[in-house]
Amino acid sequence: METSKKRHVMSLSQREGMWAYILIGPWIVGFLWFTLLPTLASLYFSFTDLTYTVNKWPNFIGVANYINMFIKDARFWHSLQVTITFAIFAIPLGLVLGLLLALLLNAKVPGLSIWRTLYYTPSVVSGVAVAVLWLYLFNPRYGIINWLLSLVKINGPGWLASPDWALPALIIMSLWSVGGGMIIYLAGLQGIPTVFYEAAEIDGANSVQSFFSITLPLITPVLFYNLVTGIIGTFQIFTSVYVMTAGGPAEATLFYNLYLFNNAFRYNQMGYASALAWVLFLIVLILTLLVFRSSSTWVYYEGELRKK
Amino acid sequence: MTVEQTVFPAHPVNKGRPKSLKGQKLLAKLLALLLLALGSILIMLPLVWMLTTSLKTNDASTSYPPQWIPTDPRTAIIDGKKYFLYNVPVNGQTMQLALTGKKSGKGVFANPNNPSEQYEVAVKDTTRVTQIVLHWENFPNAMTIVPFGLYINNTMLIVITSMIGVLLSCILVAYGFSRFRARWIDVLFLILLSTIMLPPQVTLIPTFVLFQKLGWYNTFLPLIVPAFFANAWDVFLLRQFFMSVPIEMDEAAKIDGAGPLQVLVFILIPQSWPAIATVAIFHFLYTWNDFFSPLIYLQSEDKFTVAMGLQKFQGLYSRQLTSMMAAATVTMLPCLLLFFVAQRFFIQGVVVSGIKG
Repeated sequence: METSKKRHVMSLSQREGMWAYILIGPWIVGFLWFTLLPTLASLYFSFTDLTYTVNKWPNFIGVANYINMFIKDARFWHSLQVTITFAIFAIPLGLVLGLLLALLLNAKVPGLSIWRTLYYTPSVVSGVAVAVLWLYLFNPRYGIINWLLSLVKINGPGWLASPDWALPALIIMSLWSVGGGMIIYLAGLQGIPTVFYEAAEIDGANSVQSFFSITLPLITPVLFYNLVTGIIGTFQIFTSVYVMTAGGPAEATLFYNLYLFNNAFRYNQMGYASALAWVLFLIVLILTLLVFRSSSTWVYYEGELRKK
Repeated sequence: MTVEQTVFPAHPVNKGRPKSLKGQKLLAKLLALLLLALGSILIMLPLVWMLTTSLKTNDASTSYPPQWIPTDPRTAIIDGKKYFLYNVPVNGQTMQLALTGKKSGKGVFANPNNPSEQYEVAVKDTTRVTQIVLHWENFPNAMTIVPFGLYINNTMLIVITSMIGVLLSCILVAYGFSRFRARWIDVLFLILLSTIMLPPQVTLIPTFVLFQKLGWYNTFLPLIVPAFFANAWDVFLLRQFFMSVPIEMDEAAKIDGAGPLQVLVFILIPQSWPAIATVAIFHFLYTWNDFFSPLIYLQSEDKFTVAMGLQKFQGLYSRQLTSMMAAATVTMLPCLLLFFVAQRFFIQGVVVSGIKG
């Protein structure tokens, strides 16, 4: 058969391979030009004094940017602290609230799709419009947040105008879009076979017991996923702080990403900003790896044999 | 997305169950409903406030406690002068009278139809006469204070061209990764997936320098061109969907003489349109709301997007709360409408990228 074919005709598998590379070609080109090359370039830039000036080749200054960052730059440590503080409160609160809502929706209440729509709606809108809206919701004089607090006899703080309350304000605002997590948890809950609960009920377990020994273990993969994306997402926060506080007051909301932006496009220190970007990359990588590492002890995947 | 599950218990569980347990379950359900209702009021309140504020007068917009229904005070004209009308208790009756002046701590109220008929009543016993007025003119005002129409045009231009790019490139690449065997292709797919982990800040500065050197600064090109080179999320989502289409369908088409592109166009794309719609919808939302990229690449105001326009509006006219909320409403409206029309794609998109991710 082979010999009867002309030489330049490709074999079937060669033809398939050619098609594969033609089809994924756009991604390969994009990966090289918009991912690999810029990643390597930014690593190099992080060792230079690159500025906004176009026609000047930057000087190689070794690890000076990194030394400055770790030793001299108090703002770097401060922005890291702001970002981590936000993450420590916003992520667990979002997890618990999202899970609670999903549990309520999963309790076979009437009108599931209506509730789901209502709670998910805020997750559909984002960016500047949301930031502008919340800027006024937090207004100490006529904003509805303090009005709501006054209904339960609490005298609301100055929120975004106060160095102590600006970050808590942003944490509260982040909980508005808790519906996104809720949808994911709900899908996870609906995937748990009802026979598990029936068996537990026959064994005399109450609903609290079945939550902790059936529901929680079975949705740990989803919790795990949201934890990882939550950590990465906190380091991406930009628009809301840029629009609402510009990092203030008294730099109380100077998030890492905003500080990086300021260095690159305000202070004209693109080399230093590149170093900040690489440190951010390493932090996210290490945190994610830690979460992945720990996952084997608390994340339960179905089909996996439990050693107990 | 909800899967109706019918479970047939091996033995009728409900029989013989004590009544108190049933009552407990009903109570729990009621409690759940109550909590959900309370929470949903809190969740919707910001949007309701935005909408009502966009329909108020500027005075009413900053009143405290907040006014939930846009109302204006009613006035009457006496001798060519404008006075506010009040509900005044007179001889056990309530009359609508105009407050014309004050005398020894009491208000002087006149009957607008007969100004000589006057009463002196303590102002604290009276209330203003109001009427519901929706100030729709805030919307055209907001659209003209800054050239919002131009910003919408710019944004739509970016959204549509980049969407063509995303759909075209991601469908082709996902097809390549889901249906073809080739050397290194599994490694390449792993590389694709790992790029999801790469924070965008890492590539930010070199990409900015590159686009600037190409002369693309202050053009839409940095916001459009990268879309034509596929992105990991959408490729992943489409590939997952393509994999779920039975390969027997491809093979049947191939036997009928279809080439690789025909298989894609006539078999996979028609089978996967829910996934394609999901990608298109999320791309719309992302690009419509994107603030960072326009901020760093666009400089002249005639190139601004909606997000930038709104931010500029906020910076310049922060006192004009009503127009600003009208502008915010206009900015959010396409996203909200899209959500209400195409809800199931949203839920699906979140679930697929969330669970299988």
